[in-house]
Amino acid sequence: MLRRKLTLRAVAFMYLLMILVGPLSMIFWRIGKDGVTNAWEALIAHDTIHAFQVTLTIAIIAVPLNTIFGIVVSLAIVRKKFPGKGLVNAFVDLPLALSPVVVGLALFLLYGRTGWFGSWFIAHHIQILFALPAMVLATIFVSVPFVAREVVPTLREIGDDQEQAARTLGATGWQTFWRITLPSIRWAVVYGVVLTTARCLGEFGAVAVVSGSIQGKTETATLRVDEEYQNLNYAGAYGISLVLAAIAILVLITMTVSRPKEGTS
Amino acid sequence: MGGSSRSKRLSEDRPLASTGLALRPRRSRSVLHSSERAATALSLGFVTAFLTVIVALPIAALIWASKKRGGSDFWQAVSNPEAVAALKLTISVAVIAALVNAVFGTIIAWVLVRDEFRGKSIVNALIDLPFALPTIVAGLVVLAFYGTSSPLGINVAFTRTAIVLALLFVTLPFVVRTVQPVLIELDKDMEEAARSLGADEFTVFRRIVLPSILPGILSGVTMAFARAIGEIGAIVLISGNLPYKTEVSSVYIFLRNQGGDPAGASAVAVVLLSISFAVLLAVGGVRRFATRYERA
Repeated sequence: MLRRKLTLRAVAFMYLLMILVGPLSMIFWRIGKDGVTNAWEALIAHDTIHAFQVTLTIAIIAVPLNTIFGIVVSLAIVRKKFPGKGLVNAFVDLPLALSPVVVGLALFLLYGRTGWFGSWFIAHHIQILFALPAMVLATIFVSVPFVAREVVPTLREIGDDQEQAARTLGATGWQTFWRITLPSIRWAVVYGVVLTTARCLGEFGAVAVVSGSIQGKTETATLRVDEEYQNLNYAGAYGISLVLAAIAILVLITMTVSRPKEGTS
Repeated sequence: MGGSSRSKRLSEDRPLASTGLALRPRRSRSVLHSSERAATALSLGFVTAFLTVIVALPIAALIWASKKRGGSDFWQAVSNPEAVAALKLTISVAVIAALVNAVFGTIIAWVLVRDEFRGKSIVNALIDLPFALPTIVAGLVVLAFYGTSSPLGINVAFTRTAIVLALLFVTLPFVVRTVQPVLIELDKDMEEAARSLGADEFTVFRRIVLPSILPGILSGVTMAFARAIGEIGAIVLISGNLPYKTEVSSVYIFLRNQGGDPAGASAVAVVLLSISFAVLLAVGGVRRFATRYERA
């Protein structure tokens, strides 16, 4: 019994070491090898700082929009009856199963020269492709599901007894939402927002297709990692990766702190 | 389950119940109802508009572009030997990665639930790291660990093994996170009973534990498979993207489009899109089966 337990533990640890921890520790190992100063210089280079600014700008637009949408669509899915609910569900889940490259290509075809919208925007001199708008649209697309997937089960679990009670006592729909519904789903929302943010900061494939990766213009932090690596500037690639990994670990800490409060037991 | 169906019934009964109770003056109730209806219409309108602009229109444009030049061109683009090779490779590496993580994911979930050791909460938090880490960083570090300058002395860079290793990294959390909650809920009494009746550990696992966690494993595997099919960030650096050898479909689509053939790219993209829809249907089916099984 004990021996089996120890064997399983050893197998799990070995696997995590080989697949997860080992590769991850390489960031530090490689920065140490390629030189901390080189990594730092690459990090404070103009194009790198600009890339982080682009990434942040996209996230600042995409995260709030997806948060509002996630809450509204969860309430609609759980509390309302309407035709086409199955379709809404499918569209919300789709980005989880769809390749980001396909997402990028779809936007490319819609806003490209021959696309349905592309010709209109080009005629009005509004740049969508190879510019921020398309990158924001791509990022919103790939991060649509995260808030809803956390909030929907929580809404189901809490039921609507308290909301009904509030209504009966004369509260308006708006009051009920702010005083009853939102406080009881707040940790699910936090969790969803954190996952959305991580996805927005880390998106690569969809943005790669629509951005054109123009250095110092439409290059995001993740595209910059690729660029630095292709240019054999390894110190730069690992330096930017370290910052991105630090953000990911921050995300993990927030997730760990916000999860148990929901009573997952 | 019972709770949600009860609350659904309650909400259906609400209009009836409120007409039965004449506690509130009639005028205010009708005002409440119309404002509520307006709020419902507003939220449904917002949801529809958002999903149309963000998701549905691009998808429609993709399908339209792939069919624009007629069916024969579509099949020609899909059956292009390089595209077929890429698709075969994509499916086989995704299946391997999903299956390997099914086994190890289940073991890790088991250890996280049934074992006690120091630092368990850290290990538990670590499982989510591939969800939080940008995939390009995942690809970079897997390449550093298993590539040309690997500290282990192995070099699998630009091979199919490397693609599988990168996919194992990014799909690690799926099975762990679908099996873990089921194991937590699982009643240990049945296992104890089976053991006291003389069942050995393997029989207990096969006859008691596995049937309960199987739906979790299946939905985790399916989501991991979908994720692996579409992955590009983790693969693009490590695979070398050699046509017919290490070029996966997402990279093929990317390069096709970049090379000025968006129509050819869109045909293969539509194939990936249909796989995604099939996966979502399968996951829905597993979930429905699991809940029915639970109720029976």
